[in-house]
Amino acid sequence: MNRQSNTYTIIYSTVLVIVVGVVLSVVYQALRPRQIENIQNDTKRQILAAVRIVPQKGESVSQLFDKYITGSYIVNDKGQKIDPKEDAFNVKVSLEVKKPADERLLPVFECQTDNGLKYIIPVYGAGLWGPIWGYVAFDNNGDTIYGAYFAHQGETPGLGAEIEKPAFSDQFEGKNIFSPDGVFTSVAVSKVGKEPQGQAWVHAVSGGTITSQGVQSMLFDSLEPYSAFFKSLKGSAL
Amino acid sequence: MNINKNLLPLINPLSKDNPVIVQVLGICSALAVTAKLEPAVVMTISVTAVLALANVIISLLRNTIPTSIRIIVQLVVVAALVVIVDQVLKAYTYDVSKALSVFIGLIITNCIIMGRLEAFAMSNRPWPAFLDGIGNGLGYGIILIIVAFFRELLGSGTLFGFQVVPQWCYEHGYQNNGMMILPPMALITVACIIWVHRSHNKDLQE
Repeated sequence: MNRQSNTYTIIYSTVLVIVVGVVLSVVYQALRPRQIENIQNDTKRQILAAVRIVPQKGESVSQLFDKYITGSYIVNDKGQKIDPKEDAFNVKVSLEVKKPADERLLPVFECQTDNGLKYIIPVYGAGLWGPIWGYVAFDNNGDTIYGAYFAHQGETPGLGAEIEKPAFSDQFEGKNIFSPDGVFTSVAVSKVGKEPQGQAWVHAVSGGTITSQGVQSMLFDSLEPYSAFFKSLKGSAL
Repeated sequence: MNINKNLLPLINPLSKDNPVIVQVLGICSALAVTAKLEPAVVMTISVTAVLALANVIISLLRNTIPTSIRIIVQLVVVAALVVIVDQVLKAYTYDVSKALSVFIGLIITNCIIMGRLEAFAMSNRPWPAFLDGIGNGLGYGIILIIVAFFRELLGSGTLFGFQVVPQWCYEHGYQNNGMMILPPMALITVACIIWVHRSHNKDLQE
């Protein structure tokens, strides 16, 4: 057969594409369950990092998660538990933050640590180059931060990317997100020498100004809808 | 030296015909994945696997491929192999796959691969093509690993993530060179390797 003819070329490319397509879909189907498991384990690792539980060598993340995370549910902006079909673990926070506050599904993870019951809240926002996200753990007074974990997709190494280091996230421990008279203030991320009055603050990453501002607005925007929920915790703790 | 002539495709790319430091191909990924040793090693294995397999497949198909679409056929084969590698990494080494992120996908555009397919696999039998793929993959990988070794050692004080610069050095004022982590230092390191390599191989000097 003439290898240069149009018919040959078309048949050749059709067969090639079909063969490649079949091979790729078989590979995809075969590996999919493992990939989903990996992604879930990675999320579980991040949630546990907010309460400073890090799997040691040989420990499985999902076992630790099942051991420490004693409950998870979804609340609305009035602090009431709602009963949607979805599991709190599967709520896509990146999509929820785009909705108006009263339509958002707000996931809460309860974690029984050695230091008492903690509430872990996912946060999501924008850095300089791409999304940033994290998990913030609160004491059962719904006010004091117990621990925080931040991650990013592509912030500048050595500058904005420092938000994922404990040197930055450990600063949040013990900060209150409500002012003494009960107004939601979140936590400011401020430059040295420009610390705000009347609210909790941490120091920004030097050289990572935009990313640090991103963390500040991420915390404010993601935590504010939980205000009612936090206040209900505070009420029950008293 | 009396080297078996059949093994030349395997041995030449390691030094005399190295894809990175002699042909200056694949520089982009050499900058991107060499801040740490682990991704550099995984990248080496991935590129070698893709290149060897693509060379064999193209070499097997070489008498059937219509000349007018041969580059497209090569691209489809390479792209399919890269997607498979990416999926396998996501399933079995999730952390490494996260660190390499887009660079696995970019193997498709690595000029070494297209270059070897067009220059070698299209005109040689599968076995030499396979050796050529392994040789070029390793030749590329050697440079990547050398660069990553120096960048991780001087930039982070670690190798494969293990601390190798002892604590007393830091106590006496030693500091990691943060600049080694940034991409420009990969270029300078590659340049230093080319310098040393050329001074040993006078016939490569221009």
